Amino acid sequence: MSSPPPILIVESADPLAVPRRVALVRPDFRPSVRRREEHWLMTFPHLIVREVILFQIVLIVLGLAAIFFDAPLQGIANPLETPNPAKAPWYFLGLQELLHYFPPVVAGVLMPALVVIALVVIPYARVNLTAGPLWESNPRRKAIAIGAVTVLLVALFSAFACWPIVVPTLLVAAAIFAARGGEEGGRLRRRLARVTLPEWIMTWFVVIATILTVIGTFFRGPGWSLVWPADAAVFG
Amino acid sequence: MSAISPNALWVRLQDSAVYRSIVRHGVTDTNLNRSLIIFENLFLHVHPVKVREKTLRFAHTYWLGGITTACALVLTMTGILLMFYYHPSVPQAYKDMKELTFVVEDGAFLRNLHRWAAQLMVFSAFLHMLRVFYHRAFRPPRQFNWVVGIVLLLVTLLLSYTGYLLPWDQLAFWGVSVGTNMAKEAPLVGEQIRFLLLGGHVVSENALLRFYVLHCVLLPVALLVLLSVHIWRVRKDGGVQGPAEELETPERGEVP
Repeated sequence: MSSPPPILIVESADPLAVPRRVALVRPDFRPSVRRREEHWLMTFPHLIVREVILFQIVLIVLGLAAIFFDAPLQGIANPLETPNPAKAPWYFLGLQELLHYFPPVVAGVLMPALVVIALVVIPYARVNLTAGPLWESNPRRKAIAIGAVTVLLVALFSAFACWPIVVPTLLVAAAIFAARGGEEGGRLRRRLARVTLPEWIMTWFVVIATILTVIGTFFRGPGWSLVWPADAAVFG
Repeated sequence: MSAISPNALWVRLQDSAVYRSIVRHGVTDTNLNRSLIIFENLFLHVHPVKVREKTLRFAHTYWLGGITTACALVLTMTGILLMFYYHPSVPQAYKDMKELTFVVEDGAFLRNLHRWAAQLMVFSAFLHMLRVFYHRAFRPPRQFNWVVGIVLLLVTLLLSYTGYLLPWDQLAFWGVSVGTNMAKEAPLVGEQIRFLLLGGHVVSENALLRFYVLHCVLLPVALLVLLSVHIWRVRKDGGVQGPAEELETPERGEVP
């Protein structure tokens, strides 16, 4: 950080509705400061009615699903008869897929712990609060740093032959560099040019998590071998 | 003796002290009354009395938190009904599944509803977290609520996971075996954590009982408390926060 952003003075324009207030705020830090008065509605009935309708829609959709699709039930648990493959619930299949590439302590403990810690610290990390579009400032330094991190990650995951992470990493890196100077490009590139570094990192994580979960769910059969979805043990 | 019309009876009932102590405000169309409805009610007062009009638009939140909460409600109701038919013991747990499917009136529907609501809840909680991240709604003053949300996501996953064992079929047994074998790999305390979870070294009847208590008592209570804090904090932090585009700050020096 070179210099802190300027302090902004905001005052309410409507002295009848609220007492005149003066606030000193960092504009990039506190989103709750708004430029002008907004239109307010009473929570009852406007929000409450919508919540009731939402609940009814959810209940109807789930009710239809419950009528047409049965919850899975296999034979009684038998510790002597191991199914092949034995799969965890779908939301843990990304982790189980990682077990295929990494030692258990890395895939089962280290990586999930890192993910949880990373998620918890998001609002406390300065980069997440102040981030503007990635290429807005210091593009040369950032290009070198991002290039280096990409090479490092690709080398690390290639060493474990973990291609479901290597390929998305390369694709996201390609998208990041395609966004450079995208302000003058087409609609897509202009959109990409506005993406911040934290958003790129989260997108990278979500893409990888999705790919690993899909592979683990639909493309893994006996002995955790690669199979087509028709032969994969896909459970509800 | 003159006949009392139902209408007159209804009016008299509404005038009675008992009725008015329960239904204190009615739906009289004044803003004062509408405020009282919200802030004089324990359950509704997690909401603010007024909300910004734009926060009600679909693309503002995609209602993902609401969908997750709705699932939690459906799961609580169906879960209580399922508890009436379920014994956390081997092999009765599995027989109860068969019983639900073939004997209990609408038992299969009840179990299906519970199962699909659980899947939807995990999925919509994930999407809700992503929505909040991409809208940058974790920024001050909402940091604490973001962390509460992450804990809620973990509680949701644990609820789903502990429920996964309860049918005591092959799917449940081996799914939980795979997961708890991962816990074993944690350095130093892994073996102890696994023993604590399972009440033994393998998935057994002890594990079933522990998962049942976690699933039906401990985790739902944790969810209720944290969810209350989560929604109440939304009010305290100035309402739900929508897309980041709206956050564009004024030009330097500009007074709006």
